Amino acid sequence: MYYLKRILFMIPLVLIVSFLAFVFVRSLPGGPFDKERQPASPEIKRNLRAKYHLDDPKWKQYALYLGGLIRGDFGPSMKYRDHSVNDIIKQGLPVSMTLGLLAFCFAQAIGVPLGFYTAVRRGHWQEWLGSFIAIVLVSVPALVVAPLLVMVFGIKLGMLPVALWDSPKHVILPTAALGLYFSGRVARLMREGMLSTLKEPFVMTAQAKGLSHSAVLLKHAFRLGVLPVVSYSGPMLADLLVGSFVVENVFRIPGIGVSFVNSFLNRDYTMLGGLVVIYAVFLLLLNLVVDFLYTVLDPRVRYT
Amino acid sequence: MMQVAPKITAAPGPLQSPGRRGWLRFRRNSPAMISLIFLAVLLALVLVWPWLAPYPYEKVSEAQFQGPSGEHWFGTDVHGRDLLTRVFFGARISLMVGAVGAGVALLIGVTWGAVAGYVGGRIDSMLMRMVDILYSLPSIVIVVVLITTLQDVTRRSLARIAGDGVASWTPTLLLLAGLGAVSWLTMARIVRGQVLSLRNRAFVHASIALGASHTRILLRHIVPNIAGIVIVYLALTVPTVILYESFLSYLGMGIQPPMASWGSLLAEGTSQLNVVRVYWWLLVIPGGLLVMTLLALNFLGDGLRDALDPKDVRD
Amino acid sequence: MDGFTNAFPRRGKAFCFAVAVGFPALTRLLARRIRPRFALVTVGVALFSIFLHGCGGPVDRADVVIINGGEPETLDPAIVTVQADLRLVRALFEGLVRLNVKAEPEPGLAHRWDISPDGLRYTFYLRSNLVWSTGEPITSADVLYSWRRVLNPMTAADYAGQLYFVRNGREYNIGKLTNPDEVGIQALDPLTIQVDLVAPTPFFLSLCTFPTLAIVPQKAIERHRDRWTIAKPLPVSGAYQLDFWRLQDRIRMRKNPLYWDAAATRSEVVDFLSMDSANTALNLYKTGEADILWDKTLVPSEVIDVLINDKDCHRFSYLGTFFLRINVTRPPFDRPLVRRALALAVDRRRIVERLTRGGELPAHHFTPAGIPGYQPPDGLKHNPEAARAALEQAGFPGGRNFPVLNYLLTNPRIEQQIGVELQAMWQEVLGIQVQLRQNEMKVYQSAQTALDYDVSRSSWIGDYNDPNTFLELFTSENGNNRTGWKNPRYDELIGQANRQIDPVKRAALLREAETLLVEEEFPIIPVYFYAGLNFFDGTKIEGVYTNVVDEHPIQAIWKRK
Repeated sequence: MYYLKRILFMIPLVLIVSFLAFVFVRSLPGGPFDKERQPASPEIKRNLRAKYHLDDPKWKQYALYLGGLIRGDFGPSMKYRDHSVNDIIKQGLPVSMTLGLLAFCFAQAIGVPLGFYTAVRRGHWQEWLGSFIAIVLVSVPALVVAPLLVMVFGIKLGMLPVALWDSPKHVILPTAALGLYFSGRVARLMREGMLSTLKEPFVMTAQAKGLSHSAVLLKHAFRLGVLPVVSYSGPMLADLLVGSFVVENVFRIPGIGVSFVNSFLNRDYTMLGGLVVIYAVFLLLLNLVVDFLYTVLDPRVRYT
Repeated sequence: MMQVAPKITAAPGPLQSPGRRGWLRFRRNSPAMISLIFLAVLLALVLVWPWLAPYPYEKVSEAQFQGPSGEHWFGTDVHGRDLLTRVFFGARISLMVGAVGAGVALLIGVTWGAVAGYVGGRIDSMLMRMVDILYSLPSIVIVVVLITTLQDVTRRSLARIAGDGVASWTPTLLLLAGLGAVSWLTMARIVRGQVLSLRNRAFVHASIALGASHTRILLRHIVPNIAGIVIVYLALTVPTVILYESFLSYLGMGIQPPMASWGSLLAEGTSQLNVVRVYWWLLVIPGGLLVMTLLALNFLGDGLRDALDPKDVRD
Repeated sequence: MDGFTNAFPRRGKAFCFAVAVGFPALTRLLARRIRPRFALVTVGVALFSIFLHGCGGPVDRADVVIINGGEPETLDPAIVTVQADLRLVRALFEGLVRLNVKAEPEPGLAHRWDISPDGLRYTFYLRSNLVWSTGEPITSADVLYSWRRVLNPMTAADYAGQLYFVRNGREYNIGKLTNPDEVGIQALDPLTIQVDLVAPTPFFLSLCTFPTLAIVPQKAIERHRDRWTIAKPLPVSGAYQLDFWRLQDRIRMRKNPLYWDAAATRSEVVDFLSMDSANTALNLYKTGEADILWDKTLVPSEVIDVLINDKDCHRFSYLGTFFLRINVTRPPFDRPLVRRALALAVDRRRIVERLTRGGELPAHHFTPAGIPGYQPPDGLKHNPEAARAALEQAGFPGGRNFPVLNYLLTNPRIEQQIGVELQAMWQEVLGIQVQLRQNEMKVYQSAQTALDYDVSRSSWIGDYNDPNTFLELFTSENGNNRTGWKNPRYDELIGQANRQIDPVKRAALLREAETLLVEEEFPIIPVYFYAGLNFFDGTKIEGVYTNVVDEHPIQAIWKRK
């Protein structure tokens, strides 16, 4: 019941988000057709804007947008005028999702064991090393990691392709570039979750009952310890799924991550409108999944 | 190896307050102490630097792209500006950026998430959906819209109140405000998750049964138990917000030239990364300092967390 | 969707799937208990279907791979504006006149033409064997349709101004005339077109090579409307047809066997990669993934000084100028002496040698040097003493009482760098405070158009190899003026020049106008002329000749094996 309500709630939320995006981007100076070189007469510009209803009253523009939204048609892109926003998203979203999912798995695969290990080896040198690694990962952004990886593995060692997205080999460097930063975050959160869980009375009880060290840790503590990671996974996955600007830019990956920033900077109103809706839907769905996972992992959690 | 029960020593020492015990524990934590000293020294240097600096941070010279040398300890950049000075100037801005991000995350994020998780029900829904809405908007939209729309108004008001000198800081101030506006969202989510989990624990139910007020429960039971995750997350918010500012600089929308921040220096240094020739000091030095500072911050945070923790078994 | 999704081999998809599901499965194995199981199955199915689309497809390498520029905005000749896009359009659609490998006009779809003695009437004779790539014949009706479409106000073509030189072209485009028949273009018979101009226009043939005036397929446009360039099959009149267009990735073109000059087309398949990051472009070129790199903005400015010594680098002077606009409506910049002081204080050497480093030439006049038949004025050289004197004469000795100068610029790093240097220069020499106002592109354009700046960075690339494409900018009514400078004498000179048939007299008039611009009035301060760079291995790539407009007919390019 709770979940059904949440899903129904998504509709007004997405509408609110799209409305906010609509208002925000139009509040800024500059339009999609402003260029360094103006056309020879102002009439041309006027006609162009009229074609895309940019000089109509705002409420009318929003009504058009809403109408399209309901039909699932976001309209033509104002910057890439030969294509519709739907086309661009249809081509780019699966690519971004692939990259995002792979980076997500990469981050989890490295971050969860790293954080786990760091928490378990409390007080030993491994803890400091693990923390050190995690914090360094978090401090070096993708915009530094990506070119570094390309330089080392792509050019100096020549092992992997430097850019584009044509084969499984092309997937490796972008995944690493995108996932490393997040693996650091996951590791830190995992460690924190484990540390607080290991202090719980039930852990001590289990140990007192004679359960071996590893069984206790893995079975019971992990389920609770992983909660902060799960909380963070929702927004993290949403961010990853719609693509990372830097990684897609550096590796020239044909996804929509670059479009988020570019459509805003280009004042491509229709494109931004479409992307914002997609992202909002993903985020809300993923948050729902995360909330569901809470109840699975920690039976004490209850939603009213 | 984990201890199952606290060690029973023969002669217990004098009774100590939790605060004093916490400080002693903190002191024993060497990485935390080193971090504290490092940060203190850094802060001192940053504050004192304007008087010590041999070169102003914006001074352009003919000595372009020189590596570290006797005259320029950290080398120079494309305009012949001394990197050491710029790094210390940038530290000021980045520390401000980090502080604002952390501050907003702490004040707004924690409160928001705690209230949502504790009260539950409709309020939880409403608060969290508001977070979702703000989260769904690309952060760059929020930041740029904030900066652009408030630009003129802020500049004029500041000029009237405090003069043109202060008014020239408007772009930076608005950048800080924009960064703050997007940095508390994840903290709210995380805290809400933890509080939800805590709220349904036996000891909370017990407290309610005993007639404790909600404030008491929040302060006495909930807050200490989320202190750990909050500190860790704060320590994660600082790099997030500093690196986001770096991303904005990479796009060309961060701190206005000729000012510098570690984020903008990092972006500049990265633009020098290519296969032909690398001016390594432009990237390694700001990046290295950033990593060191964030390491210090995180270890400090860990130390704090351990010191404050009521249930730490390591004693 | 095209062959993109179908082409991916099963092996690759399986690999991606295994990787993506394996990792979380491994970690979650620790937790052991995952309920409900069916959720995992649905997730797995969803992932699999994503990989069906998302893992990319293998591409067999084209004969020539060119890094052209950013993602094309459009391939519709009537509305295309970006230079990189213009190159693509030239390969697909041809006009009456085309460019040869040296970027000089030569017969295209028209095999000859007559020009009347007064220079007002052009008669073009189409070749008799012209067909679209889909087989239908190309006739003068197509030419009429294409040019009228450009002028049609509903098309809102940015470059409609190219056809304003035709009689009634402007009137039709701005809506004063509603009947396209009154525009000075007529089809005398299926193979003959007659064009009447407003005034003798010496560069009209060059204009005819411009992609805006290319011939487009009427039936396809009327059927598919705005999406006609991506509808298949796309009838083209040029040397290449469009094979596929993968967004943010590449455009593949295949030789058009029905092109009238198909025998001379050297390469069968050509790929055009689009990208935004200069370092990525360089990396792809260095690893051999791309054969040619010919967009100046895609060469990292940080290492241009090293790259220009590379044997693959081919430099040429480029028809473009980087300059500063001054807002002459805002005091104290309304005083020519102040502007003169600013101009004299700019040390172009510093900018060109320390920042841009691509071998750019400092610019003291606005039109790039080397336009045939034209001798530009000398302009003012860097002279700090004279600058200080001029400022003092204007009433601001040593910069006293001078307001803070707001310099408007955009995001790219090189712009920031130039701004910082200018700030230092004006500070040192004139003692004035400069504040850099960096804005994103659209805000910068808005501010410049609204004259909300003091001094602004600017750039202009010429459309054709004639001074007019530069000098007409600063006539009073030109939409690209954006300085607020209106000078009747200047307008008069430009107008006279464009009515003048004698090239010598014309050059003299233009020179007089430019002297007014850069030696007397200074609504602008020229800074440097762009240097062009093309990267390709001269021993392997043939058919690319550097030229001042950086245009290269694709059909002449081929690669030695």
